[in-house]
Amino acid sequence: MSLSKRQRTRVIRGSQYALLAAIVAVVALVADWGQLRRAFFDVGIARELFPGILATALVNTVLYTLLGFGFGLVLGLILALMRLSSVPPYRWIAVTYIEFFRGVPALLVFIALGFGVPLAFEVALDQYVTVMLSLGLVGAAYMAETIRAGILAVPKGQTEAARSLGMSHGRAMVSIVIPQAFRIVLPPLTNELILLTKDSSLVYLLGLSLGQYELANFGRDALNEYKSLTPILVAGLLYLVITLPLGHLVRRLEARTAKAR
Amino acid sequence: MATDKVSAPYSRAIEVSGLHKSFGALEVLKGIDFSVGRGEVVCVIGPSGSGKSTLLRCVNLLEEPTAGKVTVAGTEVTHPDVDIDRVRRRIGMVFQSFNLFPHLTALENLTIAQRRVLRRDKTGADKVARANLARVGLSDKEDSYPAQLSGGQQQRVAIARALSMEPELMLFDEPTSALDPELVGDVLAVMRSLADEGMTMLVVTHEMSFAREVADRVVFMDGGVIVEEGSPERVVGDPQHERTRTFLARVLDPAAAEVGEVPDTGPSGKRVDR
Ligand SMILES: Nc1ncnc2c1ncn2[C@@H]1O[C@H](COP(=O)(O)OP(=O)(O)OP(=O)(O)O)[C@@H](O)[C@H]1O
Ligand SMILES: [Mg+2]
Repeated sequence: MSLSKRQRTRVIRGSQYALLAAIVAVVALVADWGQLRRAFFDVGIARELFPGILATALVNTVLYTLLGFGFGLVLGLILALMRLSSVPPYRWIAVTYIEFFRGVPALLVFIALGFGVPLAFEVALDQYVTVMLSLGLVGAAYMAETIRAGILAVPKGQTEAARSLGMSHGRAMVSIVIPQAFRIVLPPLTNELILLTKDSSLVYLLGLSLGQYELANFGRDALNEYKSLTPILVAGLLYLVITLPLGHLVRRLEARTAKAR
Repeated sequence: MATDKVSAPYSRAIEVSGLHKSFGALEVLKGIDFSVGRGEVVCVIGPSGSGKSTLLRCVNLLEEPTAGKVTVAGTEVTHPDVDIDRVRRRIGMVFQSFNLFPHLTALENLTIAQRRVLRRDKTGADKVARANLARVGLSDKEDSYPAQLSGGQQQRVAIARALSMEPELMLFDEPTSALDPELVGDVLAVMRSLADEGMTMLVVTHEMSFAREVADRVVFMDGGVIVEEGSPERVVGDPQHERTRTFLARVLDPAAAEVGEVPDTGPSGKRVDR
């Protein structure tokens, strides 16, 4: 064989294309397209899902996510400040919390709050509160680390300038350091929002009433009703309607941060 | 609190005695004694690493002295019970790297501490801020963010920010060292006019022409001690110590920059990104 390196590359690439074309051809011939279309994308079913899937499910997904994110952000900020505290016990508590909630599955937290707490304490938590707490407790652990990194990324000269003007440590944090830290961590925090959007599907566990259904629950329910995967596909697409623009936003924010450097 | 007699009369703006400062095993200040009178302008010169910045930062306790006593405007800042935030309001500080707050406009940079520390209302704080921006020739920049200003403009805003607290004395740590040569003059002109108005100033600088023309006294530091001090004519013009002569020969060799005139409001051009 006397193929040059370049020729060999071309042959290899050519055979890869050939293989791909063969697989596509086989799938196209063998697959039962009518069946697949009915299973995955039955336009009739898809149409029936609306507007309920928007008015209830999408709205609830966004609502649960924002509740969890809001609570997680506040708790995350508190944890970040505790983690940076000069008082050692605060640091220990924060580290323990963060390690624990990053280490256990979110599913477990949902079960604990959804079923464990009501049974153990004989209280009935409002579903929205349960969701907010579960999502927020988990999200806070991640956000705390992100926010802490942001606070540490603010140049030391900023604190010094603030202190030299007579601001207390706390005042300098609130007025000078934290606002700058949040600018720095806006992209990773938006990423956290995307993750929480998807995690909000765990609400499914809690056995909600119809009006409280979010996308995953709604899809699951409709799946039973129509015996078709179409509701799942539509629900998945609606998650993308939320997460893709957020992902785009993250990249824009990252580009802006990179340019400001 | 007994230690913050704000209006107590005092004769010396800064009084430092037996000041030592170590970072771990590294002793940076090895026993400093000196003072600055009210209305006096004192320039501190000396080679890199001699402890000039550290000395300045011990005055407003950005660095905690290891030993010794520092008294500022009648308040002993090294006293354990001192409310340092109260004392720092009365001490303006200007940094080599400006340290403007990048998330705030020029005007907000000048008002934030007035509002949050001195509890002035917005109208009052804005009025003081505008007056000080005018004083440094930057009235037209009040809505600009620091990133939109040249280095020289940023440093003038930083001076105006310190002045907005109406301090009794000002500390400058190499305020022109980070600036392009053509922007140095504007900043020095502002400092000179401050000196003319009677502000007490302690200035770490490598600008020998400024030291010679504006300072009442020049302090030469090397290796964590004050090697000599006196009038600019004496220390810069006729140094007594070999170390001073060596240092001056090195810094005076390149043609010394001229002290500029009071800047007009026009921008000096170059944008400086952080
Ligand atoms: N926070 C710190 N931790 C450890 N060492 C420090 C710290 N700050 C300053 N030093 C050291 O102290 C010495 C004196 O520093 P200082 O900044 O006071 O010098 P300087 O005279 O201002 O020099 P320059 O002209 O370069 O600004 C240097 O050796 C420096 O490395
Ligand atoms: Mg220095």
